[in-house]
Amino acid sequence: MGMTDPIIETSGLTREFRVRDTSTGSVQRALKRRTLVAVDELSVRVGPGEAVGYIGANGAGKSTTIKMLTGILVPTRGSVTTCGLRPVQDRRRLARQVGVVFGQRSQLWWDLPVRESFRILAAIHDLSATAEQERTDELVERLEMAEFLGTPVRQLSLGQRMRAEVAAALLHSPRLVILDEPTIGLDVLSKQRLREFLVAERRTHGTTLLLTTHDMGDVERLCDRILVIDRGRLAYDGDLLGLSRTVGAERVLVVDLAEATEDLTGITATRHLASEGHGLRQRLAFDAETTTAARVLAAVSERAEVLDLTVEEPDIEDVVRRIYAARR
Amino acid sequence: MADGLTLRARMRPYRAVLASRARSQSSYRASFALDLASSMLVGVIELAEIWVLFHNVVELGGLEFSQILLVFGLADLCFSLADMTFGHCDNLPMYLRAGTLDVFYLRPQPLLLQLVTSDISLRRLARAGVGAVALVAGLALNDIAWSPAHVLLLVLAIVSGYATFAGMFVWAGGVQFFLIEGAETTNAFVYGGRYAATQPASVWNRPLWAVFGFFFPMAFTGFLPALWLLGVEPPYGMPDWVGWCAPLAAVWTWTMALLSWRFGVRHYQGGGG
Repeated sequence: MGMTDPIIETSGLTREFRVRDTSTGSVQRALKRRTLVAVDELSVRVGPGEAVGYIGANGAGKSTTIKMLTGILVPTRGSVTTCGLRPVQDRRRLARQVGVVFGQRSQLWWDLPVRESFRILAAIHDLSATAEQERTDELVERLEMAEFLGTPVRQLSLGQRMRAEVAAALLHSPRLVILDEPTIGLDVLSKQRLREFLVAERRTHGTTLLLTTHDMGDVERLCDRILVIDRGRLAYDGDLLGLSRTVGAERVLVVDLAEATEDLTGITATRHLASEGHGLRQRLAFDAETTTAARVLAAVSERAEVLDLTVEEPDIEDVVRRIYAARR
Repeated sequence: MADGLTLRARMRPYRAVLASRARSQSSYRASFALDLASSMLVGVIELAEIWVLFHNVVELGGLEFSQILLVFGLADLCFSLADMTFGHCDNLPMYLRAGTLDVFYLRPQPLLLQLVTSDISLRRLARAGVGAVALVAGLALNDIAWSPAHVLLLVLAIVSGYATFAGMFVWAGGVQFFLIEGAETTNAFVYGGRYAATQPASVWNRPLWAVFGFFFPMAFTGFLPALWLLGVEPPYGMPDWVGWCAPLAAVWTWTMALLSWRFGVRHYQGGGG
């Protein structure tokens, strides 16, 4: 396939589940089943090299979509091609081109050293000795895994294990990498390392990324396109700025002041949210569309001496909630 | 893509996994020795059970103890070898819970082959050892009119019996895609089948013959081939050569196993409803 053919293409992709209806009485329950639509008429096209954030509430249909993209689940209706292949029929060929990191499922052998798991995975993907060596070295260096390469997986910290999982999924240099909640539970430093790695991987190898996350930082630093899914339906497809614009998400400037100050109201395009400690710490929400953090800070500085500050990004849950609310 | 690969290259993934399983089980010597000992104990207890039974009745189902020993040895060796290499297949719910099956989907090998080669229980070697000793004793204690045909049947019986029990484990795995707590149901047939296979099947009644004689062809893993080796007539007017049908029993079991697996996988993927 050519360089511009889509990596992911779905059209009217739908997946229904038959579930037992627990709301009815016990006699009917055994017989009566209702249909739950997990993914509803999803039509998406993702080109090579794109980095797409796939966000939505729990149960919105993200995992079901990923399972259909990788051939684990058969769609009820609609079509899907991944890397130009039909996921269910061409599963084994597709497996050579896709790498998946499931936050909850390990690809590693818990009782073996990390190095040994990589060796087995290289055999599974039939890498040549040279390719195995080069790729392993590259991943070990970039993900800083040298210190725990000989440690059994069960003894790794969460951050180390996640790095090893990512390396395991990327060992065969897949064209498409799907990450399901890759940074969940990681500390700030581990998150940052992982994001930097993914950015570099994408830059050097042109890898396409699709990631589900609840972390706005992941989306901001990794993704240039966002898909929001709501009850199986595509609710938003575009960039982050457009998403904020759609939902009017505000950023929040938190300032620590030198002395007790009156509430900082009346600053242009800014809303005073709260004050703590007689106004020593104040929280100001501002619309990123019409003003900037710097301008708000300048306005604050005219009234009080600022000792410290942080800018809080819109919470992804909040963004998703607003999108959902707007649709209902 | 994989068609042009040599056999050796095709086996590479499975060899790598199995070798690592074997290494990790045997790397802690003391614990491995303990595993072996406990597994051997299970085999010895099961053999002792046959022996105790025999002491009270002199003859069971038309067979003497030495002859029953041959039946037990054949069936138990086959079962233990199958349990060692396929035994984890009937633990499918664990694979489903841990998401291991989804991980298998992401690898370029057939699912069932990945499942089968995902583990090996080396400790069961000890139990297979008990079966082998019983088999050798059974062969030595009985007057067998050895001929090339006898040797051939013995080899056929071991290979077929192994395949039959292996098929039972795969069948059980497939069924467990459908049944919650499916292991309860399948254990009755897999482990019940093993138990039935080590007994002289001439004591079974007709319904039992229908289930463990033919549907799950347990009688073909030990009893019927042993009868031919011993020159004893099969019960229920079956022809003398019925012991030679052990390979057919294996083929039949694998037909059921592969159908069960296929339906199970379809159900899991939600394709066939």
